[in-house]
Formats: sequence, structure tokens, C-alpha cells
Amino acid sequence: MVDAAQSMIQPVKARTTRSGLRKFFERKSTIAFFMALPLMLLIAIMVIYPAFYSLHLATLNKSMQRFVGFGNFTFLFKRETFWMVVQQSCFFAITAVIFKALIGFVVAHLVHNLPDKGQRKWRGMLLVPWVIPPAMSTLAWLWLFDPSYSAFNWILAQVGIGPIPWTGDASWARFSVILVNIWAGAPFFLIMYLAALKSVPEQLYEAAAIDGANWWQRIWYITLPMMRNIIAITTLFSLIVTFANFDIVRILTAGGPLDKTHLFATWAFRIGIEGNDIPLGASISLFMVPILAIAAIFILRDINKRGNEA
Amino acid sequence: MAEVTLRKVVKRYDDVEAVRGIDLDIPDHEFVVLVGPSGCGKSTTLRMIAGLEDISDGEIMIGGDVVNDVPPKDRDIAMVFQNYALYPHMTVAENMSFGLRLKHYPKAEIKQRVTEAARMLDITDLIDRKPKQLSGGQRQRVAMGRAIVRNPKVFLFDEPLSNLDAKLRVQMRIEIKKVHQKVRTTTVYVTHDQVEAMTLADRVVVMNHGRIEQIGPPNELYHRPATKFVAGFIGSPAMNFIPCRFEESGGLLQVRVGDTIALPIPPDRMERYRAIPRDTKLLLGLRPEHLVDAQSNTSATFQPFDATPDVIEPMGMETFVYFPLAGTQLCGRINPGIEARAGQPLRLAVDLNHMHLLNEATGHVL
Repeated sequence: MVDAAQSMIQPVKARTTRSGLRKFFERKSTIAFFMALPLMLLIAIMVIYPAFYSLHLATLNKSMQRFVGFGNFTFLFKRETFWMVVQQSCFFAITAVIFKALIGFVVAHLVHNLPDKGQRKWRGMLLVPWVIPPAMSTLAWLWLFDPSYSAFNWILAQVGIGPIPWTGDASWARFSVILVNIWAGAPFFLIMYLAALKSVPEQLYEAAAIDGANWWQRIWYITLPMMRNIIAITTLFSLIVTFANFDIVRILTAGGPLDKTHLFATWAFRIGIEGNDIPLGASISLFMVPILAIAAIFILRDINKRGNEA
Repeated sequence: MAEVTLRKVVKRYDDVEAVRGIDLDIPDHEFVVLVGPSGCGKSTTLRMIAGLEDISDGEIMIGGDVVNDVPPKDRDIAMVFQNYALYPHMTVAENMSFGLRLKHYPKAEIKQRVTEAARMLDITDLIDRKPKQLSGGQRQRVAMGRAIVRNPKVFLFDEPLSNLDAKLRVQMRIEIKKVHQKVRTTTVYVTHDQVEAMTLADRVVVMNHGRIEQIGPPNELYHRPATKFVAGFIGSPAMNFIPCRFEESGGLLQVRVGDTIALPIPPDRMERYRAIPRDTKLLLGLRPEHLVDAQSNTSATFQPFDATPDVIEPMGMETFVYFPLAGTQLCGRINPGIEARAGQPLRLAVDLNHMHLLNEATGHVL
């Protein structure tokens, strides 16, 4: 009797758990999770694992046989080149981002004020430097900067200036890598600012014009506050990418002359891969994390503060 | 404060003429409403007065000075937009004081003007909020406050109530009228809503296809429309237009509608209508309130006739009846106490003292 009763209960139980499971799979959040899963796995494999692996590497000695703790870091702190790279990376990133932002802002305004018909053409053309792989476009710049066959030096020679050692002299080399970085990165600012400009309602400008604002006051009191979040996010994003730049410097100067154009990434590559000291290279690249984290905290805090306005 | 004058003002976009030579004189302190269907050029006209659109031809004067080439900021005007156009990153007080701050007014005066305007509009408690935290009606008040504190020569309103719900619209309409009665600033107000036009305006300007159809005080437009467009646009429900023809029997003029109804022209209109050629195609214009039930309107000026309504609309204080006559659908207004049913014959009466006769071809009221 009891057995019979139990055998009758069991299938009912199974059915309820099955429908419960079905409900779980039909829930929107479950579906969303499974759709995001491939990307999460990809990030775990390509980002999180290497990050922890490089943390591990940074604690080993050159032959990767022995644990040295913070040995690599204390060694770096004692080297002058390290502090030079810190300064160079900061100078490179800050200067390049400021100019990219300024140029992007001005050009975005120019494009925004073009008649609608021609605007798409200009937008497309102005995006080209950003779309070309930097490894390729930097090669072209390398030829432009060539000491003997340089197009720039040829033009300057026509007016009696030069020749300028574009990549041979420390100051000029720094100027050159920053210039190429600005050239390649400004279109990103342009397109982000253009999108932000287009989202500012035209009537705000009309209201401001009637309120007595001239063009400069309209930019200062309307455009800039309305674009504030986009400016902050774009700057943060560009700061990270510029700070971690590798290809432009690697191809144009390879860090030279005398390490005067090295950034964290290129110097880490030089020490780690070319110099066969992978743990020291990993320690160098890990230094980017705290510096960028501070920048990110400052900028994102500002966005959180102003996020609930418009 | 100042008068506003438009002289043969034209606005052309590429190959389209949006405004076709408008003449308008707005004296100081007057509240003028530009009304018309969408695309009639009323908003364009307002934006030309504001300086937000170039003038293709003609002249606009504010306070006697031609302002064709004066930028908006130097015209000393204030404008209230349909979607308020409040600066989202500024508080209510900052929004209202923006124009004064740009002109470097002393802080004490700015504060005093903002406080006063806020009190007038009943938004004193909201002064530190951002526009996002306000309801539609409150935003509208702030937009008006921003205009008031500037104390400009002219107020311009561009469909300011269109984004509000019906109840709030009535409330804000009264508010706007109150404000104008207090500050008396010359006002140009654009709307497509003829009720707003009638209730707010000292004078209404009816526009159609980029031209002015008629200018006049609300009651004049209502009782003496110049064209079929004005007659049909002003008043709700709209005026009925019935095809008809003229007849003369025994020296008396009659309007014949269909085959069965002949209505004698009132004696005082006889002279006016006698000159009309007999073969002219005419329309008889009658407002719903002049097509009434015969039961409660028995005096001699009412001409009774029979009709069979197909739709009855009881509104409480009145009842509208819709019925076919002479090939058109007409609307009449009857006493709500009268029993009327769709499909059952009803005795109605026409008040011919308020009839209009229109030339069907030209659309002019004769």
C-alpha cells in the first residue's frame, strides 16, 4: 500500500521540478545570461587569465625558476630608465589626448555645421586615419619622416629650413610619435563629439540665442555641459588606449633614440621579449594598472555625479 | 515694450514659398494670436520675428527699428518654445536668470526679478530643482518665467501648450492670460488650436497657405468671417456649408436648399444679396447653434424644417445632432431636454439672422 502510494507521488514531484527548471530557463534573466556567456568566457580566457598569469610571472626570476616576490619591482625602482619611461608615458598620453580632444572638438563643430548634403562624405574621409591599421599608416609616416628622402624635409628645404632629424633627435622623435598618435586618434574624438553634438536639441541653442548668448557663450554654457559625459568617457577611453600604445612607437622609433621615446608597452616588449627577461617585462607592464586606475576613478566619479541630469 | 510691424514679409525655402507677403501691425501691449492649420506659415512668421529664420523679402520692425539683420540676441525679445527648451543642466533659478547673467545684471537685481517672477507663476518652491524633476506644466511655467524676468519688448509663444494634457492646457491658458494682464508686454502667440486663439487673443490672425486670411478680434472672426476658410476654421463644431441657389418669388429673395426647403432671406439682408447674379453657385453657411430644435425656438426668425438625425451626441449642457441634407452632413445643436433618437424624424429650425452666404467658387463670404 505504502509503496503504491509512493510510486504515485514520485512522478508528480518529478513533473514539478521539470516545470520549475523549464520556468528557470524561460526567465528573461536566464536567457540574457546565456546570451552573454560566450563573451564572458572569451573575456575570462583572453583577459582575466593572462592578467593573473602576468601577476604570477612578475614574481619570478629571469630564468623563471625561482620565486623572488617583489624583487623585480624593487629592481625597477632603482633604474633611471624606468622613471624616464614613466615620465615619457605620462607626457605622451596627456599631450596626445589633449590635442586629440581639442582637434576632435573643433573639427566636429566644423562638420556639424556643414550642409547635410556633403556631411557624410566629409565624415567618411575624416575617419580614414582611425580606420587604417596603425601598423600600416605608421609605415607611411616612417617614410615621411625619413632623414634623407623625407617628404617633410624636402618641403622644408624648399623654404630653406632643415633638415630636421624627425626620429633621430630625442625631442623631435617625441614630437613625431605624438603627432602620429594625434593623427590616428583624433577621428575617434571627432565621431564621438559629432554624435554628442547632434544629440543636443536645436531649440536649446535657439533659446540661448534669444537669451542673448553669442557663439562662444553658447559653446560654454550649452554645448560643453551637454557633452560633459561624452567628453569624460571619450577622454578616459583614449587615455587608456594612448597610455598603452605600442604599434606607433614600435614602428616609428622602436623606443629610440637612447630609449627617449619608450612607453610602458614598448619598453616591456624590449625587456621582456627582445631582452629575454619575461618576468621583468611583465612587472613593467603591470605598472600601467595603478596609474590608469587612478585616472579612471577620477573621471568615472564625475560621470556618476552628473549622470542623473539630462 | 514695443509695437511690431511686418511689411510684405516673405519666406522662401529653395522652391517653396512658406510665407507669401504678410502685412501685420501689432500695437504696443496687444496680444495677437497667429492661428492656422499646420504648414500655414504661422511658426515661420514667428521665427522670423524672433530672428531664428532669415527673411527672404520684406521688413520686420520692432519698436520702429527694422530688425531684418539684427541677430536674435539683440532684438530684446523672449520666446517660449513648444517643448520648453529649458537648459537641462541648470536649476530653475539658473534657467530663469540665464539671460540676465549673460548681460551682467547685478546679482541683487537678478535675484529680485527671479523671485518676483517665481511668485507670479507659483514656482517659488521649485527654484532649486533641475528641469528633469518637474512636470510638464511646471516646466511650462519655468519657460514663461525665463521670458518674464528678461522684461523684453516682445513675448513670442510657439505653440506653448501643445505638449500638455487637455486639463492642464485650460489651466495654463488662463495663467498666460493672467500674466499678460499683469505685465502687458506685446505678445505674439502661435497655435493651431482655435479655442486657444479665441480665448487668449485681443486680435486673431488666421493664416492659410502662407497668407493672412483675416485679422480681427475673436468675436468679429466668429460672427463675420471673410472667407470660407475662416468660417470653417473658427468655431467648434465647425460651420455647416450647404450647397444652395437663389430664387426670387414675388419680389422676395429665397435660398433654396435641395428640392424641399426654401428659406426666405431676412429683410435687412435683402439689399446686400440682391446684387448677386442669379446663376452664382452658392453655399449657405450655418453654425450648429443656429440649426436648432423647432420646439423651443418658435419666433418668426426661425424657419422650421424636418430632418432625420443619424447620430446624436449628448454633451450635457447641449446636444449635437448630425443629419443629412442636400447631399451633405450637417450638425445642429438642440436643447438637451428634447428627446431625440437616431433614425427618427425631428423638427428643426434655422436661424436665418445668423446665416452666411458664400460664393462657392471664390470662397468669399458675400
